[in-house]
Amino acid sequence: MSLRTANLLQSHSPRSIQDVTDELPSFGVVVETLTLQAGYNTSMVIVGTALLGLAAGIIGVFALLRKRSLMTDALSHATLPGITLAFLFAGFIGIESKSVPVLLVGATLSGVFGVVCVQLILRHTRLREDAAIGIVLSVFFGVGIVFLSYIQKNAPSDSGGLNHFIYGQAATMQAGDVVLMATIALAAMVATILFLKEFSIVCFNDAFARVDGWPVGSVDLIMMALVVLVTVAGLQAVGIILVVSMLIIPPVAARFWTDRLALLVVLSGLIGALSGYFGAGISALYPRKPAGAVIVLTAGVVFVLSLLLAPKRGVVAQVIRRFKVRLKIAGDHLLEHAFESNSSTLSSSTLSTVAQEQGWSKPFASVVRMHLKRNGMLRKSHSGCSEVTDAGMKRGARVSRNHTLWEQYLVSYADIAPSHVDWSVDKVEHVLSESLVNELESALLRRGVHVPENQGGS
Amino acid sequence: MYFDPALDLFPLLAASLASLCCGLLGNFLLLRKQSMMGDAISHSVLPGLVIAFLIASSRSPFVMLTGATIAGIVTVILVEVVKRFGKVEPGAAMGVVFSILFALGVLLIEQAAVRHIDLDADCVLHGQLETLVWFGAPESIMGLWSIETLQAFPRQVTTLAIMLILSLAFVIVLFKELRLAAFDPELATTLGFSSTSMHYLLMIFVAAATVASFEAVGSILVIAMLICPAATARLLTDRLRSQILVSLITATITAIVGYFAATIIPGWFDRDTVNAAGSITVVSGIILTLTILFSPRHGVLSRVIRRARVASSVAMDDLLATLYRNEEQGMNAMTRDEIANAIMRSNPEAILKRAIKNQRIRREGNTYVLTPEGTRTAEDIIRRHRLWEHYLVDKAGIAPDHVHGAAERLEHVTPVPPAGPQTDPHGKNIPS
Repeated sequence: MSLRTANLLQSHSPRSIQDVTDELPSFGVVVETLTLQAGYNTSMVIVGTALLGLAAGIIGVFALLRKRSLMTDALSHATLPGITLAFLFAGFIGIESKSVPVLLVGATLSGVFGVVCVQLILRHTRLREDAAIGIVLSVFFGVGIVFLSYIQKNAPSDSGGLNHFIYGQAATMQAGDVVLMATIALAAMVATILFLKEFSIVCFNDAFARVDGWPVGSVDLIMMALVVLVTVAGLQAVGIILVVSMLIIPPVAARFWTDRLALLVVLSGLIGALSGYFGAGISALYPRKPAGAVIVLTAGVVFVLSLLLAPKRGVVAQVIRRFKVRLKIAGDHLLEHAFESNSSTLSSSTLSTVAQEQGWSKPFASVVRMHLKRNGMLRKSHSGCSEVTDAGMKRGARVSRNHTLWEQYLVSYADIAPSHVDWSVDKVEHVLSESLVNELESALLRRGVHVPENQGGS
Repeated sequence: MYFDPALDLFPLLAASLASLCCGLLGNFLLLRKQSMMGDAISHSVLPGLVIAFLIASSRSPFVMLTGATIAGIVTVILVEVVKRFGKVEPGAAMGVVFSILFALGVLLIEQAAVRHIDLDADCVLHGQLETLVWFGAPESIMGLWSIETLQAFPRQVTTLAIMLILSLAFVIVLFKELRLAAFDPELATTLGFSSTSMHYLLMIFVAAATVASFEAVGSILVIAMLICPAATARLLTDRLRSQILVSLITATITAIVGYFAATIIPGWFDRDTVNAAGSITVVSGIILTLTILFSPRHGVLSRVIRRARVASSVAMDDLLATLYRNEEQGMNAMTRDEIANAIMRSNPEAILKRAIKNQRIRREGNTYVLTPEGTRTAEDIIRRHRLWEHYLVDKAGIAPDHVHGAAERLEHVTPVPPAGPQTDPHGKNIPS
């Protein structure tokens, strides 16, 4: 027992103070590194990681479209027991136990076994996919941790490299390992480009693909195999926990910019390559910047920018679009009120009544007035009051007429009680198009309903 | 001696408390199909933890819990935002959010290490159960109650105990609301309590429990404990109350067995102990695997047995019905090969043997005939078959030559009806 205590205390004694001064590299060194002139090994690592990012970005698109993003997470976590067992096995039969290819074969086998386990749980129990993935992910990783701690405590002298698989350690990779990683990444990328058509059809409509005679099962298998290859190739550089994000973040970020698959693949590959390049570069330049984290954060920055700024899907664009619609509707309400009360002058008390009815805040009400003035619907009169222009009165008349038309339509065609129509009409009246208004008119005339005459012009 | 209080008591206590706390909350995650949200949160509380620490430069549980809870809520909101604006599946949205936040946390930890701050990226994964050594361990039981002993209680254990009490209170007080929000969120909302706010409240507790457990047991065990005990219980019972109870028992057993497996088993082979948190995770996986295989109602084995039973009872029904039809038509008694052909089994020996043992048939030379008992059983089957045919033609309007297949399947699973017509659509007698 005293031996155990001693071991414990020893293994958790405060770590020796390392040399951790953050020396910032000079500008010249930064440029040198990023232009691949800072030595063979560093350049190889940067190019290799960029290639890996490219391959992961491309294949990640299909993983995303097949809704397999989290499956990849289970896959990468499930490689740890394989890596540690391969290490023990290699030591047992006497080959170089730190040989990276041996470890990667172990990683592949146990990763695939993990995915098979998820499928088995889904097929044979009533647990859902989220639970199945979480179970495989944590239990496999736990097994890996047990073996890892066993190796570290019982054969500590040569276990140094294994830890790198968890958080990744691009900077310390050997040129040979980089070549291996880059070869796998290139192969996966070429395969993806060759099978682009097959992958797209299976991703978008697998039922149709099956009916049309495509070997959906085999195509799916190839896709999954490529995901496995890229994941395993990325383990050393990015680490088990974060390698999945090289497959997820680039396609999700690219998705904000385009709805076309070909463009999505290109963009996602570019984002992946860019983050691989910068990730490896920065972690080579600065101390204590783990490549995996930097790669993910680079991709993360691209993602956040896409989320905010993408022209159609971006948060800013959507918020602006919604605000514009709201502004237009609010302006319409004001003009409609002016038309219906038959007075073009809007006194401040009228304005505040409308604002109160519609639930506008004070600043919003003034933005509405500004919006109308800019569009020539409202102007300041001589007495200082707001006055609706002729154009504004016409617009008000049209909105009011749309309101009546739609109300009549609902009452006579949709059998809704007259007392119930007002609420929905208030929303629809603003979005009726010219042709729809004409259709409504003729439909109401057919039923013999009185159609209010057109005062606002077309 | 395998149990040394000074070494083992607090790790064991911390592991059990963490397992109980996570296992309890995991039940609701599982029901809401949000298990992976537990995974996401346990990854993304990391930056919250580090930032809180950097701001307050204190490791007090309150600071840590606040930072982590904020990170947890931010995660949930971000996932929602990415899902809505990015139009991607929830899994991908979660993956994006938690991996970015986790990467941020890893980077911050590495930077914090520059200032010699004791937050270690490895401990985040494995925890540091083994370091909870009780330096002030008393010499005797009586010494337990002295002030010095209580002061030697590790902070992690106290935090976990408080967190467990809070979680228990949360689940007990809001049990009805949690249950309704888990099973029928729309109904919950129409009944006037928002299932969304229940969702966020649950996530806050998950985040807090994650952090409380974090330091002691690491994030991998947290994920396993959020999912595995609840999943185990889900396969053993169909009622929420008993599911929670079973999951709590499973969590406790897992923690204790896993901890001792880590400290004792390597000793058998003269090896040093392995990581306890990892070992507990492995045990939770083993327990779950055993449950998947052997659960009485939902297990793989019981399903296989159930199917085999049905298959053998169907085969018996087929055998008796075949012999009955043969006798009904006044044909010669059937040989083994003729029977094998008729009931489409290449090896009818087992079923023949069982029928003879149950005195349903007997052997005459190399042929088989029904006993009186067997005839009665066969009449029941034939009656069910022909009544079904009658029903399908008469009431369901199916053509008489299309009903045999359906009746052949339904006859095995229907009770014998008391009365009915005398003949089937093919003009054959329906035995009574």
